[in-house]
Amino acid sequence: MAGTLAEKVWADHVVRLGENGEPDLLYIDLQLLHEVTSPQAFDGLRQEGRTPRRLDQQLATEDHNTPTIDIDKPIADLTSRTQIDTLRRNAEEFGVRIHSLGDVDQGIVHVVGPQLGLTMPGITVVCGDSHTSTHGAFGALAFGIGTSEVEHVLATQTLPLNPFKTMAITVDGTLKPGVTAKDIILAVIAKIGTGGGAGYVLEYRGEAIRTLSMEGRMTICNMSIEAGARAGMIAPDETTFEYVQGRPHAPQGADWDEAVEYWKTLRSEDDATFDTEVHIDADDLEPFVTWGTNPGQGLPLSASVPAPEDFTDDNARVAAENALEYMDLVPGTPLKDIKVDTVFMGSCTNGRIEDLRAFASVLEGRRKHPEVRVMVVPGSARVRLQAEKEGLDQIFLAFGAEWRQAGCSMCLGMNPDQLAPGERAASTSNRNFEGRQGKGGRTHLVSPVVAAATAVRGTLSTPSDLGAPTAPSDLQPVA
Amino acid sequence: MEAFTTHTGIGVPLRRSNVDTDQIIPAVYLKRVTKTGFDDGLFHAWRTNDPDFVLNRPAYTKGSVLVAGPDFGTGSSREHAVWALRDYGFKAVLSSRFADIFRGNAGKQGLVAGVLSEDDLEQLWKILEEAPGTEVTIDLENRQAHAGEAGAVFRFDVDDYTRWRLMEGLDDIGLTLRHEQDITDFEAKRPAWLPKTLPARNAESV
Repeated sequence: MAGTLAEKVWADHVVRLGENGEPDLLYIDLQLLHEVTSPQAFDGLRQEGRTPRRLDQQLATEDHNTPTIDIDKPIADLTSRTQIDTLRRNAEEFGVRIHSLGDVDQGIVHVVGPQLGLTMPGITVVCGDSHTSTHGAFGALAFGIGTSEVEHVLATQTLPLNPFKTMAITVDGTLKPGVTAKDIILAVIAKIGTGGGAGYVLEYRGEAIRTLSMEGRMTICNMSIEAGARAGMIAPDETTFEYVQGRPHAPQGADWDEAVEYWKTLRSEDDATFDTEVHIDADDLEPFVTWGTNPGQGLPLSASVPAPEDFTDDNARVAAENALEYMDLVPGTPLKDIKVDTVFMGSCTNGRIEDLRAFASVLEGRRKHPEVRVMVVPGSARVRLQAEKEGLDQIFLAFGAEWRQAGCSMCLGMNPDQLAPGERAASTSNRNFEGRQGKGGRTHLVSPVVAAATAVRGTLSTPSDLGAPTAPSDLQPVA
Repeated sequence: MEAFTTHTGIGVPLRRSNVDTDQIIPAVYLKRVTKTGFDDGLFHAWRTNDPDFVLNRPAYTKGSVLVAGPDFGTGSSREHAVWALRDYGFKAVLSSRFADIFRGNAGKQGLVAGVLSEDDLEQLWKILEEAPGTEVTIDLENRQAHAGEAGAVFRFDVDDYTRWRLMEGLDDIGLTLRHEQDITDFEAKRPAWLPKTLPARNAESV
């Protein structure tokens, strides 16, 4: 069968082809739910007297509103508590599986799905959250939807959709040490712009993608939406199969063999044509950081803050002016001279075990900069347990960081973890929008290793900016 | 959903690109469990902190046709962004490019999201800025926006299916359920190993 990966998965899920300009009706294998974008969808079902069509293809978790400390106490913010309670009541009333705060399988929805083995190659996944694109790392067609669509999927397990265009993003070559999946995707967004992917499914391919772990691939697909694309995909391979095999909901025995047989067909044919192709050379990439207020406003860390006059496009120039004012940055300032107040390590972009390991590898034997607050938030309760099993928590605590419970935390200002007005953060999350991490807060998006080096020096830094660490025995205990 | 044919109201020039959904409505307003009453959160930071923000200028305060820069509605999938625009009184948003999820959400809630060319966007901004309070008429059937005393006409794009649904005021779920048999037939052919969330399993149960 000719075609791209995205077209193959699409074709295998068409319930009904649209006629006369109607969209296709696409089958949805898995819907993930959380407290923020589901209450009005359940309400809609109730008003119309409808019930969920496939309860065995729904999974709910609590993540956006949940606090990351004192989780055994009632949630202090009343509206947050109401929203969580509403999800719990809806799950109970309709019979939806839910992993609540305190449950060992609770966590950020995009960390929990893959962890349970529910996310598989070739399936369609939706969630009322734009970072659903994460699951595309498995070769799934996964995209964020609005609340009306959440209700639609609950009621019908389908969505009427027009086919996407396809864009190949080929990343050839080899990443230099200290350059990571996060730097690839920040470079991609800087290259194609925050609207460059609008209407497309992005397929990431090439040597530098093939050599990434599943965690790295999830980081890349996660931020496809920041380039305007609803979905990003990576063809499944042995790395994917190895990650899925043995997980709680992964196929077993003969089913596993049948599944893998099918999954191996999920790659773009050599003669497949993409609507657009983009090439990036991994050898040229450096650690990246954003300086502005959208994820496309990024540069290598070795660069300086740009001036609005550097942009020829009117909209880009005005956007840069607004961004520099909000970020309180002066053109020409070396990015590495920018001081930060807070380092946030976590989120659905970089809150998995490999991310925590990378962060810890830079911190080990070091002490945080005295004026920097460092928050480490695992993406799920299981990631937290795994990190503790590996002793990473001890490294974080010895460094002077806060080691918290699982959730979306400081990625977005919905829970108690927020920046104060004017506070500046280096953050491993996905959005540097005005006020995203708290009203008036300023965000620089970075990789886990850049976040770690920044926490040591107090200014935006890469691990290569650090001297040799102190032997752990020479460190004084943290007061 | 109420059927939409034409609407006439004050045009609001929002000369900004990349207006993300966090700007349209900050996350703190997303904690509500209702589907209405989000108008107070609309463009909250700009309406609160910037006296020159377009909606703070009396001539535009009662606007109902928003004319925004490219990449409007990027970022989070929150349908609350559409609810906030709708609750404030907006019936249509025109831009040279929309984020996909935002455009889809708008179509579900009866808010017209029409795509203008960049040149037309610039011209329309000028008309609305030179004579604040100018009304814009959105003619969905002909996909045209009319503005100003000189009678300027701008063509905008809305896909055929969305236009038809908006004009008929049709509910998507009802439309899909007309094909319920197709869904049942599709489900009968799905392999058994596809993911099932029930019965629940976890790391302790394998």
